[in-house]
Parts: sequence; C-alpha cells; structure tokens
Amino acid sequence: MPSASDRVWSDVVLETLKANDVRLAVYVPDKILIPLIDGVCADPFFNAVCATREEEAVGICAGAWMGGMRSILMMQTSGFGNIPNALASLAVTYQIPVILLISERGALGEFNVGQVWSSRVVAPVCAALGIPHHAIERLEDVEFILDRSIKQAVATQSPAALVLSPLLTGGKVFAA
Amino acid sequence: MRRIDLMRRLSAMLREEVVVGGIGNTNFDLFAAGHRPQNFYMLGSMGLACPIALGVALAQPQRQVIGIEGDGSLLMNLGCLATIATVAPENLTLIVMDNAAYQITGGQPTASAASADLVAIARGAGIARSAWALDPDDFVRQVESALHAKGPSLIGARIDAAAAVGQPARDPAQIRDRFMQALGTRKDFGARRG
Repeated sequence: MPSASDRVWSDVVLETLKANDVRLAVYVPDKILIPLIDGVCADPFFNAVCATREEEAVGICAGAWMGGMRSILMMQTSGFGNIPNALASLAVTYQIPVILLISERGALGEFNVGQVWSSRVVAPVCAALGIPHHAIERLEDVEFILDRSIKQAVATQSPAALVLSPLLTGGKVFAA
Repeated sequence: MRRIDLMRRLSAMLREEVVVGGIGNTNFDLFAAGHRPQNFYMLGSMGLACPIALGVALAQPQRQVIGIEGDGSLLMNLGCLATIATVAPENLTLIVMDNAAYQITGGQPTASAASADLVAIARGAGIARSAWALDPDDFVRQVESALHAKGPSLIGARIDAAAAVGQPARDPAQIRDRFMQALGTRKDFGARRG
C-alpha cells in the first residue's frame, strides 16, 4: 500500500468520488483542475459535463440529485461568485446536496488582481447561507475532508463547499 | 396561443414524464393545468429549468424529461442550450413559452419582442430539432414527436400575456420530497413495506 505522500492529490479526489458513488462530474474549466477534468473525462465511471457557466452547473447537479445520481461541481473561485442565487434559491431552499469543489485563485501568490476579490466571497457567502466549507491544504487531509463532506452533505441534505488551496495544488503562478 | 391551454394539452399527454417548470407564470400554469408529483416547480434560480431538466435526464435516462422556460428566463441562461446540444441526451425536450415580455415584473419587453428568435438560437446552439409551434394542435404534435425522438428537442410557443390561473404552494420541502418520491429516488420513511 503506497503511503499518502506517494499519491497525487487529484488521484485521491478521483478515488474518493468513486468510493462515494459520485458519478456525475460537472465542471467549468480551470487550469488547476486539469488532472481532475482529464480524470473524469477519461474514466467511464464518470459522466463528465462541461457547463458554460457555474449557475447552469448548479442546476444540472440539483436535477441529477433529485433523479438519484450524485455529482460534483468543479470550478474556480471566480466561478463561485456567479452562483450565490442558485445556491440560495435552489440548493439551500430545496435542501439539495450540491457539492462544490473549488480551485482557489486569488491567494498565496496570485498575479492577476482580477482574481483576488472574487476569491474572497467564498467563505462569507457560504457562512451567510449556512453551507459548510473547508479549505483542503494538505495531501493527507484530502480523502478525509472530501469523503466526510460528501457523506455529511447527503446525510443532512445540505450543499457543501471545499476549497483546493494552493498549499495542496501548488496553485497557478506566473510563467517563468 | 394561451399558455394555460397549452399546459392543459401538455398535461393531458403525460404519464411518467418529468416536467421542470421555470419560475413565474410558467410553473404557475403548469400547476394550474393539473398538479402531478412528477412536476418540479422552481421558486427562484431564474434560468435553471433546462439545466435542472438536463440533470434529471442524465440521472434517469429511461425517463422522458421536459424543461419549460419563459423567454426571459431562457435569455438569462442561453449557454445551457449549447451544453444540452453538446451532451445531446436522448430523453430531453425543452419548451419555451414566449410572450416576449417579463410578464411577472410588469410586462417589460424581452429581447424576443425585438429581434431575438429563441428557436433560431437553439438551432444555432446545436439543437437541430427546434421549431416554433404553429398552433395548439401543432404544439401537441411536436411534443408527441419530441417524446419519441432520439436526442434533444426544443419547441417554441408564442403565447399571450394572460395571467396564470393558479399557483403552486411555495413549499420547497414538499415540492422536492414529492418529486423525488415520484421519481423513485426517495421513500416515505413511514410507508409500509409491500
């Protein structure tokens, strides 16, 4: 059995999604998310859907849940800024466990000021809506936080938000 | 055409099909035409009826799913047409009730009052089977055809601005719970085992 340090964070995410029968992966592209997007697109276990906008993705995930299929919604922090109303009036209002996996821009070395402010809305919006949210910063925490968050979301019929910190992913930096 | 007439004609055709009704008069008249637990009534999230319907269609590929939006709602989220064309679910039908107005906010004209042709936009997004219904009988024919077609369809219906004749209760817990029970994805925990 390989130790946790031999594994790649994205592989742990993909394995944990599979272990929780999360079959639908809806995403709006992001560079940090490439290994996850490539992973769900390459694996027939997953049904991968690229949405044009994050609100749309919330709708797809909500419909899939009501139809009996678990899903993950992958996006960037800037994309989270597009979805407070969809979370409030659909996922929270109807108690639908939409699970958000958010690639964090805007912190720890961000080079684009346009990314900075939108990334800061994630925690306050989640707090305002009562959505549990966690940052995943260490490889050894990925499985625990993701697995437990999916299980809690389903058990409590609540959305959940998980932020993939640059401490985990390396983030995005200026090209040399 | 009158919205409530089309909703009644639609409702009379349905059995186990799911219908996701967009906000405002669209789902008011869907309800008024005859409540069925396979109907999902939105209370907000303007523009997401078609994406919600897509999600249900992906989760239950054996079931026919219909998403109904108003023109204002669809204009808010046109990108979903391209997504649906790309995913191309065989069991999804979209209906646009187009009265060229944001009726519920006072009747301000939408872009479809001037220049936007939502059926042409859908076709341009890649939903090849997109057409305007010519009259109520043609609407029924098109719905019947769409429900038997392989691949997504969009039916546009130019309707009047008559007020809806009823409204569902704004009770999201009940709407969702009954909807999921009808889809077989949730059980009444008090129900006797057969």
